Formats: sequence, structure tokens, C-alpha cells
Amino acid sequence: MKALLAKLRETALLMVGQPSYEAYLQHMRKHHPAREPMTRLQFFRDRERARYGSGGGRCC
Amino acid sequence: MRHVSWTIIALLALSSLVVVATSRGEQINALWIIIAAVGTFLVAYRYYALYIGRKVMRLDPTRPTPAIYRADGLDYVATDRRVLFGHHFAAIAGAGPLVGPVLAAQMGYLPGTLWIIAGVVLAGAVQDFMVLFISMRRDGRSLGELVRLEMGPVAGTIALIGAFIIMVIILAVLALIVVRALAESPWGMFTVAATVPLAMAMGVYTRWIRPGRIGEVSILGFIGLMLAIVYGQSIAESPFWGPLFTFTPVQLCWILIGYGAVASILPVWLLLAPRDYLSTFLKIGAIAALAIGILIMAPPLQMPALTKFIDGGGPVWSGALFPFLFITIACGSVSGFHALIASGTTPKLIASETDAPLIGYGAMLMEAFVAIMALVGASILEPGLYFAMNSPAALIGTDPASAANAVTAMGFPISAETLAQTARDVGEASIISRTGGAPTLAVAMAEIFSHVAGGPAWKAFWYHFAILFEALFILTAVDAGTRAGRFMLQDLIGLAIPSFRNTTSITPGIIATMLCVGAWGFFLYQGVTDPLGGVNTLWPVFGISNQMLAAVALMLATAVLFRMKQDRYAWVTVLPTAWLLVCTVTAGGLKIFSADPAVSFLAHARLFSDAADRGEVLAPAKSMEEMQRIIFNDWVDLTLCAVFLVVVLSLLFFTIRTCLAARKSDVVLAREIQPAREATA
Repeated sequence: MKALLAKLRETALLMVGQPSYEAYLQHMRKHHPAREPMTRLQFFRDRERARYGSGGGRCC
Repeated sequence: MRHVSWTIIALLALSSLVVVATSRGEQINALWIIIAAVGTFLVAYRYYALYIGRKVMRLDPTRPTPAIYRADGLDYVATDRRVLFGHHFAAIAGAGPLVGPVLAAQMGYLPGTLWIIAGVVLAGAVQDFMVLFISMRRDGRSLGELVRLEMGPVAGTIALIGAFIIMVIILAVLALIVVRALAESPWGMFTVAATVPLAMAMGVYTRWIRPGRIGEVSILGFIGLMLAIVYGQSIAESPFWGPLFTFTPVQLCWILIGYGAVASILPVWLLLAPRDYLSTFLKIGAIAALAIGILIMAPPLQMPALTKFIDGGGPVWSGALFPFLFITIACGSVSGFHALIASGTTPKLIASETDAPLIGYGAMLMEAFVAIMALVGASILEPGLYFAMNSPAALIGTDPASAANAVTAMGFPISAETLAQTARDVGEASIISRTGGAPTLAVAMAEIFSHVAGGPAWKAFWYHFAILFEALFILTAVDAGTRAGRFMLQDLIGLAIPSFRNTTSITPGIIATMLCVGAWGFFLYQGVTDPLGGVNTLWPVFGISNQMLAAVALMLATAVLFRMKQDRYAWVTVLPTAWLLVCTVTAGGLKIFSADPAVSFLAHARLFSDAADRGEVLAPAKSMEEMQRIIFNDWVDLTLCAVFLVVVLSLLFFTIRTCLAARKSDVVLAREIQPAREATA
């Protein structure tokens, strides 16, 4: 049940262009341990800009 | 043995389809259509999508996707396929699949149902799936880049120009639907206007008060929306506020153009992003609620299977079943615009190649299901009501008595009292000639939702809920689309003036934005002032352009199959390409060369030019000036159709050339980007 809710939450967030912050942290820890990852808030702003700043994709 | 249950599903779908297709005279239940559609979709997914994946594309589960080999935790993220399905579906489903089928219902429920089911299985879902596949094998590049990569730079530029014009037409036609739904409707106008300060408050909340809390702010926003609908009624009835929120179509047109220009240069966090949260979640919620509502209510279809308008001459849009039905329902059957989405963010998020059928083919089947629901919605209304709502005022007048007479004379009996009562039920002054599809669907949704929750007293609430739901995501699309159009335009102008490409500098951005708003504003104004209501003229142009882009995407897919040396499977894309080319070229040709002024822009322009030369003023024009405007508009639309034809035919030329070259070659020419395997460990 908890896992299902987490998946639904992840789906809802990705629908509005916010990928998983946890996945990002994991990626940074694994591949770029020396670099300081963005905070949750910086990550949010960065993805917001990426979704709407370059045109964005959405259909009629 | 494992095929037994699938055979049962297939037989169930087939028998429902037979019931749907052969019933004449007696009413059938909407559930037959739903079963026929869902059964067909399941079987098509299980067999056709997997066949394409295994044999045609040869998907390789061991081959790393861009999300793996270019993983950056931001744009390239390996994502659970169910999560990605939701993301992709939310990106492709918009107003298109809701409006087209409603307009198509003028020919009865049968032609639209068959075209949605057959079109999506053989064309629409194949297109989305193929483009997703092609992009996924090429770092997740965009459609324009893919065409350039596989068919050369000239073809790429032509495709980009085509995509920009389509964007302009889409924005104009979407804005027109909002204008038609909100004109002279203070309740609807208030609720939609309230979303602007509401979204801004949400933007401030996510910026400074509780940054990044999307769930929280969306719930607060949703409560605000419901309050806006509830209080909208009192506002509309108030002698002071009511008139302040009552606008004519032309006033609304200017409001929307101004809004589009301002909204698309505001910072995204202030208006676009928060309203996107509201519209996305409301859209998914309303679609799910509609599906549940139809299942519970199991309404009978009132619309006949076929109407006399299949031969043309219908009031909602002009032209006969072939080719115009196939361009009227674009989104839902096959939508070229999806090619831009399937080569956008989605290919960068796929975790494994074997997820592609579910995302590419499956999400499009889901959109077709939405289209089926919209068609069911339009068909459960009394046909007389449907035609009174969707016929231009120039044909049926504006008061219940004249509309009831005119529609009854068409062969769909309805009383003036029913029309007046329906308007009172949904809390509007009038529902006559509310063209554009959205109000019709809203009446149907009010019917379904009030059956499930609240009873007849709640119809007015549900009607305005449905209008708000549609207007909200159309406005989000107008805002986001203007931004996207701006970048496309900067890219295109940048080909001639390189400094225009700089997306951080202010002047090119503002110039491109204004050009973009001016372009869709022009067509919006033309549609709003069109005496036949605009939808009549603009929707076919939109349909032709959208199907044309689909043909371009499928031609790209064909070229890629040839270059992969998979040409023995090329029929998978060649068949839908051929059908779309036949439909769009015939429709485009008729729009230019037909002798019927109701269909052809040229014949219409000639008719009016000749009259103007004689000094006559033809209805619906009221002055010589209006005559000149009608003639000018005809020529613009004519040019547009000609441009579409040139785009699609020149790309056909490039496709054939590419395919022939690929056949002569002994090696695979397809330019797939091979991941560096060691980097994936």
C-alpha cells in the first residue's frame, strides 16, 4: 500500500515535470561523489526551468 | 493455451463491434462501444504492438537506453514504466481528443467510433511508438533533428516550418474553443478568470511560503477552484458583477490575445507552473471520473448510428465523410503533434527498450479511449439538442423558438421549451449555437456526473466544472504553446539571422513571442468574426495540418525502416502513411479546388469577389468592408492549405528518395547512436 502511494506520488510529480529527487541524489552519490548535489529546492527550481524554459512538450 | 483468454477478449470485442455497427433504428447502450473499444485495444496491444516491437523494431532488452548510458539524474533518468506511462499520457492528452469526436458526432456515432478504433490501432499508436523508438535509439533527439539526421537538412527544415505553422493553428483553434465556451457566460468567465489570481497565489506559495510543495499547493488550489465555481453562480446573478464578467466573442478574443502575450513572458513559477499543476491533475481526475460515470450510468445512445450528413452539408462542419471525417477526428485516432512529444522528454526517461510498447503504443490507446468517451458523451444527448448547440447562429438564429424550428427542419425534432430548460438546468442564459465542442461535452458531463452524484440540482455545478476543466488546460496549452512556438520561431529565424538563436537575450525573445501571438491571434480573430462561427473553418484546417504532421512522422518512420534494412516490414508504416496522404491531400485539394463554396476557400473567395465586383453584399457580410475581409481570410486559409500540401508532398519526395537510396545500399544506413557500453557499468 505504501509502495503504491509512493509510486502514485512519483507519477503525479513527473506529470508536472518533477522527476524523483531521490533518484537524482542516488545518481550523484554513485557517479559524482566529489560534487555537491543540488538541494531539494535547487533541484525543484532547476526542473521547473527545464520544463517551461525551453518550450516544453504538451499536446493539443 | 495462453492465447485462449485473448481469443475470448477478441471475440467479445468483435461481437460488440457487430452490435454497434449493425444496430439501426433502436437505441443501443454506450457500454457496447466501450467494450468494443477496450477489447480491441487490449488485443491490439498484446499482439500488434508486441509484433512491431519484436519483429519490426527488434527491441533489445540488453541494449542500454539514453536514460542508462547518459544518466544525469535530471533529463536522463531511468524511470519505472508505470510512472512514465502516466507522464507520457498526461503530455499527449489535451483538448483535441475531447473536441474532435464531439464535432464528428454530426455524422452519427458509428463513423467516428470505427475511425477512432481502427485509426489508433493501425496509425496513431504506430506513429507514437515508432517515433519514440527512433528517438530512443538516437539520444532522445527531437523530431526536426531526427528528420535532418535521416533525410537530410532540407527535409529537416521543411518539417520544422510545418511544425511551427501547426502550432499556430492549434493555439488559434484552442483559443477559439475557449472563446465560444465563455462568451456571454458570466459564470464560466468568472471561474476561469479566477484561476489567474489563484494560480499566482499558488506560485507565490511555492516560491516563498512553502517552496516546492506541489501536492499541498495543488490541494489548496483545487479548493479555490471549487469555491470559484460555487460563488460563480452568485457573481453571475448579481446585477453589479454579472455584466462585468459578460463578454462578447470579440472582446474575449482581445482579452485572450493580451493574456497570451503577457502570460508567456511572465516568469514560469508565477503563473504557468502552478496552473499546470491544477490543469494536469484536474485533467487526469476528470477523465477518470468520466470513465467511472459512464460505467455506472450506462447511458443509451440517442444519436442515430448514421445521420444524413455523411454525404456532406452538415451544419457543424462542411464536407462529406471522406475525407473530412478523417481530419475532423485527429487527436484520438492519429495525431501528428504526438511526434513532437514522443521525441521530447519521454525517450530520455525510458529505462529499457522493452518498455517502449507500453509507453508509445499503450498511452496512445489510452488517449483513443478518451476520444471514445467524448464521442459517447456527444451521442447520449438528444440529437436535436446536439445540433442546436453546434450549428452556427447564422443558420439557426439565436432564440430557442428559431433554433428549435431550424433543427426540427433538419430532421432532429426538439422543442423550444427543451432548449430553454436545458439552458436553465446548466445555469446559462442560452445554449444555442455554443459551437466548438466544449460546451456540448460539458452538458454531457453534467448529465453523467449529476446522475452519479447530486442529482439534477447539481447539473449547473457540473456543467461549469466541465467548462473550467477544459478551459484550464486549454489556457495552459496556449501559454506553454506560445513559449514553445517562440523557441521554434527563434530557431527558424536563426537559420537566416544567427543572433536570433540566443534564447537568453531579451529582444529576439520578445520579437518572436509577439510574432507568435500575432500569428495565432490573427487566426483567432478571423475565427471569432467568422459569421459561421469559426470552428467550421478553422477545425478542418487544424485537422489537415495535424494529420499532415502525422504523415511526416510516419514517412520518417518508413525511411528509417528502409535504412535499417527492415523494409520487408515497412507496410506497418506505409499503410497508415498512404491513408493519411490520401486523406490530407484530398482534403487539402478540396479545400482549394472544390466547386462547393461551403468546402473550398477558392470557390468561396470567387463567389464573394464576383459579388463585390457587382457591388453586392452577400450574407452573412453586412458591408463592403466585411466582404473584403471575408475574401482576404479565404485567401489566407487557401495559402495555408497550399503550404501544407507543399510541405507534405516535398517530404514525400525526400522519403521516396531516401528509401530508394537505402534499397540500393548494401549496408545499414540508419544513424542509430551506439551507446558506449563500458560507460554503462
